[in-house]
Amino acid sequence: MSKPKVAFYWCASCGGCEETVVDLAEDILAVVEKVDIVLWPVAMDFKYKDIEAMPDKSIVATLLNGAIRSSEQEEMAVMLRRKSQYLIAYGSCAHMGGIPGMANQFEREQILKFNYEDAPTVVNEQKVRPQLKFEEDGRHPHLPELRNVVRSLDQVVDVDFYIPGCPPTPNLTKAAIDALLSGKLPPKGSVLAPDSALCEECARKASKPADIAFTEFKRPHQKLLDPEKCFLAQGVVCMGPATRSGCGAQCTGGNMPCTGCFGPTSRVRDQGAKMLSSICSNIAAKDEAGINKVLEGIPDPVGTFYRYGLPTSLLRRKVDLQTSKTN
Amino acid sequence: MSSPIPTPPAPWAPRIVAFFCNWCTYTAADLAGVSRMKYASNARVIRLMCSGRVDPQFILDAFRKGADGVLIGGCHPGDCHYVEGNYKMLRRFQLLKRMLHDMGIAEQRLRLEWISAAEGERVKTVINEMTDQIKALGPLGIPGKFEEWDREVTELAHRAGAVSEVTEATAAPAEAVTPIKEEIAHV
Repeated sequence: MSKPKVAFYWCASCGGCEETVVDLAEDILAVVEKVDIVLWPVAMDFKYKDIEAMPDKSIVATLLNGAIRSSEQEEMAVMLRRKSQYLIAYGSCAHMGGIPGMANQFEREQILKFNYEDAPTVVNEQKVRPQLKFEEDGRHPHLPELRNVVRSLDQVVDVDFYIPGCPPTPNLTKAAIDALLSGKLPPKGSVLAPDSALCEECARKASKPADIAFTEFKRPHQKLLDPEKCFLAQGVVCMGPATRSGCGAQCTGGNMPCTGCFGPTSRVRDQGAKMLSSICSNIAAKDEAGINKVLEGIPDPVGTFYRYGLPTSLLRRKVDLQTSKTN
Repeated sequence: MSSPIPTPPAPWAPRIVAFFCNWCTYTAADLAGVSRMKYASNARVIRLMCSGRVDPQFILDAFRKGADGVLIGGCHPGDCHYVEGNYKMLRRFQLLKRMLHDMGIAEQRLRLEWISAAEGERVKTVINEMTDQIKALGPLGIPGKFEEWDREVTELAHRAGAVSEVTEATAAPAEAVTPIKEEIAHV
């Protein structure tokens, strides 16, 4: 009997998710023994047309990382959906839009202009922009188009499971692969991580005060952080209460507050709104001026509360942006 | 073949979702009603036990589903039936207003008012004022924007469907792409 086929693919991502697959270390050998990898652009050479030629549903599982923000990524997502029995959104970007999703605060023209003209490190006197097609030696290659909107994978195709994290931790990856190979799968649409808040597994939990009254907010670089005390008790925004656990609380263990990469638990629809609610309710001041003084410590609420999930938040994108037809 | 006669689109009128607390503002709205006060019919009132129960998710969800404005009414400071609820709302409101501005939603679209049970007249004034302000701002129309944004994906879905029909007769292109999930908000 032939081994089950597995594919790894990347879209708008940084490569960190690929790294975490490699971080399985010697466990990856056991995985490779049990499966046939049919696509993994970061590590092995395969051609898209070979995948296209495979029968539908012939890949058992595709782990796709990265947000979807170009025409090519959409095409690949659609094709891999068709070829796979299970399509798994791997990592924060595929799960919720991730860091690239922050681009949903800007118009495509703003993004292109900054990256090809205005950024201080760019030298581009002719103001050349990426083209969708060109001619060379009588051939007409076409290139991907940048979309107006950054999307999570499930905003483009149907997704079976989610593995959260920026990047997902090796233990979650291994558990997910084991579940796939053994067929012991939770209901479709599940996030393959515990459904409780990060605070549950945080070593600082004991020092989380029952009543917090914020008198100021400090960002991690503005303060010498106590390595054992709950960040909220130190006046530092920690997304732990609004974030799913499963990462082993590595950031808080490394003396950095949680920034929310695992997304919300199943009881919360909008992670940012929920965290904003919790943080603000516990400000000490009762008058507008006093409240706003404390809130000066949070200069960028969108970037703080929606760092990994703007595209899947209730509003998805800055609502007054123009949407243009072509690059 | 004659083209169908276009029906004129219904004129736009502001839609305001109003979250009123049971003990003060809802009672005030009730008073305005039994006093037969006339005011703009643009606010849809939702009664909650306390303004402190207004989860920011409710507000974002209202905008997402087509509200042009959201009004929150609670007891005056010091008068909250639950002692602290209205202060909690005030604190969330301050940051939410700033965040909505960053997300492209004008500040006037979200309003917080303290209206006691005796102030029926104030309900009338606030709803009239807010309706006028939002008329001046025009529609927010987020559902329409979502549709416009997603047209770039639907187009691709058609193209992907066309390709698969050529290459594989058995492929069901419609299955390949599902539209953006309109999930029920777990709020």
